[in-house]
Amino acid sequence: MSTKTTETGANSPLPVLLPFRIEPTRLSVPRLAPVHALLFGAGLALLAGTAWAQADAAQLSPLEVIIKWAPLLLSGFAFNIVISMVAMALGTAAGLGVGLSMLSEKPLIARSAWALTQFFRNAPWLVLLFFVMFLVPFQITVFGIKIPLPDWAKATVGFSLPVMANVAEIVRGAVRSVPSTQWEAAESLAFTPRQTMWRIILPQCVQRMLPPWMNLYSLVTMATVQASIVGVSEMLTLTAQVHTAEGGRPELFAPLYGFALLCFFLYCYPIDRFTARLERRFHIR
Amino acid sequence: MDVIPAWFQELYETTGLNFTVFYDPYDWHRYVDGLRMTCLLAVTTILVSLLIGAVGALLQTAPSRIVRSVVNVYVVVFRNTPPLVQIFFFYFGVGAMLPAGQDQFGLRQPFIDNVEWAIIALSLFAGAFNIEIFRSGVEAVPKTTVEAAEALGYTRLRAYVYVILPLALRVCLPALNNNLVNLLKTTTLAYAIAVPETLYAVKQIWSESQNVFEMMLVLFVTYGVLVGLLVWIMHRWEKALRIPGYGR
Repeated sequence: MSTKTTETGANSPLPVLLPFRIEPTRLSVPRLAPVHALLFGAGLALLAGTAWAQADAAQLSPLEVIIKWAPLLLSGFAFNIVISMVAMALGTAAGLGVGLSMLSEKPLIARSAWALTQFFRNAPWLVLLFFVMFLVPFQITVFGIKIPLPDWAKATVGFSLPVMANVAEIVRGAVRSVPSTQWEAAESLAFTPRQTMWRIILPQCVQRMLPPWMNLYSLVTMATVQASIVGVSEMLTLTAQVHTAEGGRPELFAPLYGFALLCFFLYCYPIDRFTARLERRFHIR
Repeated sequence: MDVIPAWFQELYETTGLNFTVFYDPYDWHRYVDGLRMTCLLAVTTILVSLLIGAVGALLQTAPSRIVRSVVNVYVVVFRNTPPLVQIFFFYFGVGAMLPAGQDQFGLRQPFIDNVEWAIIALSLFAGAFNIEIFRSGVEAVPKTTVEAAEALGYTRLRAYVYVILPLALRVCLPALNNNLVNLLKTTTLAYAIAVPETLYAVKQIWSESQNVFEMMLVLFVTYGVLVGLLVWIMHRWEKALRIPGYGR
């Protein structure tokens, strides 16, 4: 008998119960190509184009408006990045300290560091920003010298508070993930606790902390636009001003804010990709 | 019942700590209305974003390439742009282009008001994160379980709804918990388009009563309680959904 296995279904000469056929469930996710970014850009351009078509021709088209004001808007964006970097630097330094305090042997220190972390982690960023903007004076006097605190400096401090709490959690998690044998080995080699931490544990933590740290940086960058709510003249504030300067035409809103979205996307998306790659590399199996 | 207002009144007279919300009924009503708005925003955006997450994770495994790329572009774009700019983009940008009616004075009356736009923008923002979270859960469902469902004759959709999603949900609950807490905190951004939520109400109170510090305290405690409540509910849910024999 030469019954072919390919002869199934209605073609089959035998009345066999065949397995239920189902479309295979594909769990893999396709990679995002630059084509998609291009499509996004094209979609925005289309949006801008249709809006312009409704206006009369004497006015600048949305694209021309964006090109005209791009230097100003991009300088605002650069300011956002400066704020995010300074906030990240301050927050990381403070967060490292708080995170290590959470691991302290002394319960009082560990408890208060934990409370600090929970407080700043669970408060909304905007509320923390208001907190710093309204409760920190606009200038402080140290030994008779008046040091002015401009808005953007206060905003930066405001952003570094939640960063501190998040970095503290990252540090704590990374230190906890180091195998305890490492601690024991260090102890048997007569390292002091301080030396163990700085020379053995923390260097191993750096690579584990890098992906979440970069994620956090991306979040901080995206949070910096909140400074516009409290009156720091960064990109979003400038966008609103440009809109007013161009006569406040309603069809300009979408292209201008779309431009801001695009700037942040182009800055944050590479960070996101790179983070994902690092995460895969340092993935603990 | 007058004990609490009287006590705060006395606190103001003796120490200068002016908690107007607790003895001034007008401020109290504003504060409660703000709180109600925050709860409305939080509950609706959480539900809608969960729906977006579940549907998006299903569509990410769709046979059609176009559908998958559309979902991916949505996720990537919304994850990598600031939520505040998204809110502005929707409220000012898209909202200004949509047709609008007129009220009795002939003023422009958009069909979607700022509260609804805030809900739409925040849901889309959190939904993008939820899709990724659900995807990680779907990927963690054992292949054999999916095959077993297929062997039992489940269609793709039914296998997803009745087998994969319930299992995936249990795996990704901790990550989901994080994202929903984050969403609750992000609702404060609705302040920027004048949605009268807690931050907005409290800001109004402190600009009138000049009690920034006290109201700031109230604000922190409010959000602390709200986040605590959400975390508690999520933990309860996590416990209720626990599969015996999995995890610790």
